[in-house]
Amino acid sequence: MAQKNLDYLDFEQPIAELQEKIEELRFVADGSEVNLSEEVQRLEDKRRGLTEQIFSKLSTWQVAQMARHPLRPYTQDYIDGMIDEFVEMHGDRAYADDAAIIGGVGRLAGEPVMIIGHQKGRDTKEKIHRNFGMPRPEGYRKALRLMKTAERFNLPVITFIDTPGAYPGIGAEERNQSEAIARNLFEMAKLRVPVICTVVGEGGSGGALAIGVGDVLLMMQYSIYSVISPEGCASILWKSAAKAEEAAEAMKVSSVDLERLKLVDEVLKEPLGGAHRDPAGLMAHFKERLVDELARLRAMSIDELLETRYQRWMAFGDFKTTG
Amino acid sequence: MSWLEKLMPSKMRGDGPRSKNSVPEGVWTKCGSCGAVLYTAEMERTLHVCPKCNAHQRLRARQRLDLFLDADPREELATGLEPKDPLKFRDSKKYRDRLSAAQKDSGEREAVVMMAGQLKTLPIVAGAMDFKFMGGSMGSVVGESFVRGVHEAIERETPFVFFSASGGARMQEGLFSLMQMGKTSAALSRLADRGLPFVSVLTHPTMGGVAASFAMLGDINVAEPEALVGFAGPRVIEQTVKQTLPEGFQRSEFLLEHGAIDMIVEREQLRDRIHGVVSMFTHQAPTLAAADDAPVGDTVDSAPAAEASAQAETPSAPTESGTS
Repeated sequence: MAQKNLDYLDFEQPIAELQEKIEELRFVADGSEVNLSEEVQRLEDKRRGLTEQIFSKLSTWQVAQMARHPLRPYTQDYIDGMIDEFVEMHGDRAYADDAAIIGGVGRLAGEPVMIIGHQKGRDTKEKIHRNFGMPRPEGYRKALRLMKTAERFNLPVITFIDTPGAYPGIGAEERNQSEAIARNLFEMAKLRVPVICTVVGEGGSGGALAIGVGDVLLMMQYSIYSVISPEGCASILWKSAAKAEEAAEAMKVSSVDLERLKLVDEVLKEPLGGAHRDPAGLMAHFKERLVDELARLRAMSIDELLETRYQRWMAFGDFKTTG
Repeated sequence: MSWLEKLMPSKMRGDGPRSKNSVPEGVWTKCGSCGAVLYTAEMERTLHVCPKCNAHQRLRARQRLDLFLDADPREELATGLEPKDPLKFRDSKKYRDRLSAAQKDSGEREAVVMMAGQLKTLPIVAGAMDFKFMGGSMGSVVGESFVRGVHEAIERETPFVFFSASGGARMQEGLFSLMQMGKTSAALSRLADRGLPFVSVLTHPTMGGVAASFAMLGDINVAEPEALVGFAGPRVIEQTVKQTLPEGFQRSEFLLEHGAIDMIVEREQLRDRIHGVVSMFTHQAPTLAAADDAPVGDTVDSAPAAEASAQAETPSAPTESGTS
């Protein structure tokens, strides 16, 4: 059996094998007189068919793996692909600059906006620098500082959510991780500019919600959003982190399930095989959606915007009323 | 019938398995902390604080509000809300079955009780969480009840006081429960905009999504001694950082030292201290400290000298009916 291709997840390996064959054939074709293009075409069709087949019935757990795919676009990629003149801003003005959250001003189709998002790392060194996208309190406080700046200059806030969760460390608790998250929820609820939030990968618990209270919630097709990580839930309720797959199913963490439960406003379709297979295509569509949403929110007065946001949050919950 | 039973609403009192959960049976009670064997009556007199080691035993939501609010008037709010199972969740048990077991066990419909009442004659809205109901976890009903309490406080223009005791968000309600963090915090931001105070009382334990939302948003954050309060659980942190946690980590005293809370208050002084601060926040005239006959017993003269001397022309609070 061919060696495992790390750019593909386990359930994608059959696709990886076909892709390898295609590349070999191309290499051979380059140096020979024989015309292999028909054969290449045939294999490419086969690969496409196989990909469609695999992706047409992803389990919740497979969606969770896609959300954590090592090649998936991160916040910085979305900024590079959709935002012009981006200027990154640093630090919470009190303790540190947390690299697990990045933010700054830039232009979305000409309009200045404030961008804030979790940032994961690509290689080992950057992963550590970014703390695997797990913010400490200073990250949330930097985010809040940027939001207040946005409010002051009437810049809409656009957030990209992609974190396993807030960092569970000693220093984080000493500097009051709980308060940092809570304060953002409290302030975002009344921020006097439009706030558009998109889960682009992993929406991990309170650490995700801390930049997720807004007027609209979008989710990428292969992203998840949950109250606790599938592994965390499994280790508590199933007494074993190995049951994460079952926990993910039970908590209904996938974008599609959450849209059906009316917890998410819209799911953005991803290219075949996931965002990383055609980031440019995805971002062109995403950018258009952001521009449209912004225009819709900008059409409201501030009072109307805030009242609509408030009622939207008050409506979250599912319970019975008995007399 | 003990004083405590007298205070309880009829549905919690009386026979059946419920009463034995809220009222310790027998003459003796063992302190869960130091193991001292104590008279049950003595524990009731000390508001379930161990006289030997000062451990603040966990209180049920109704007990908590009974001890905190004036005996009269009281009006229960957010009644008639029942949990649902929107995800048809099941692990080793069905969520539905866990809910019915919790309801049967606790005698409550959900993990929170909300009331409008008075604190030393000052009108307030107060709520408390019931750790006995699925670890006080926050699902849709807890969030909705909290918000209704806040809205009632806004309506009545009164302060809002809330006693947290929770392991965090309720996993069995998935993202619905995460959204309650945003919902409750949004309601508090509206309360704050109306200039009304919120007092958050952190009791053992207050963790996860509850700590990371309303519980940390008090205009004053008050904790009972030695309460465990934090975002991540100690075990998760230990596994992540791979080192032993320092002594007293995430306890009230640690929080005070690190600036997370304003004060640690002994249970028997909660009424006085919170009333004192809130009446200043709301510009009430000083009240007569002696007018309070909270069910504190004769253990401590808690009125500080300054408060006692600041009686002046205050219209003294009407005598409360007492609870013994």
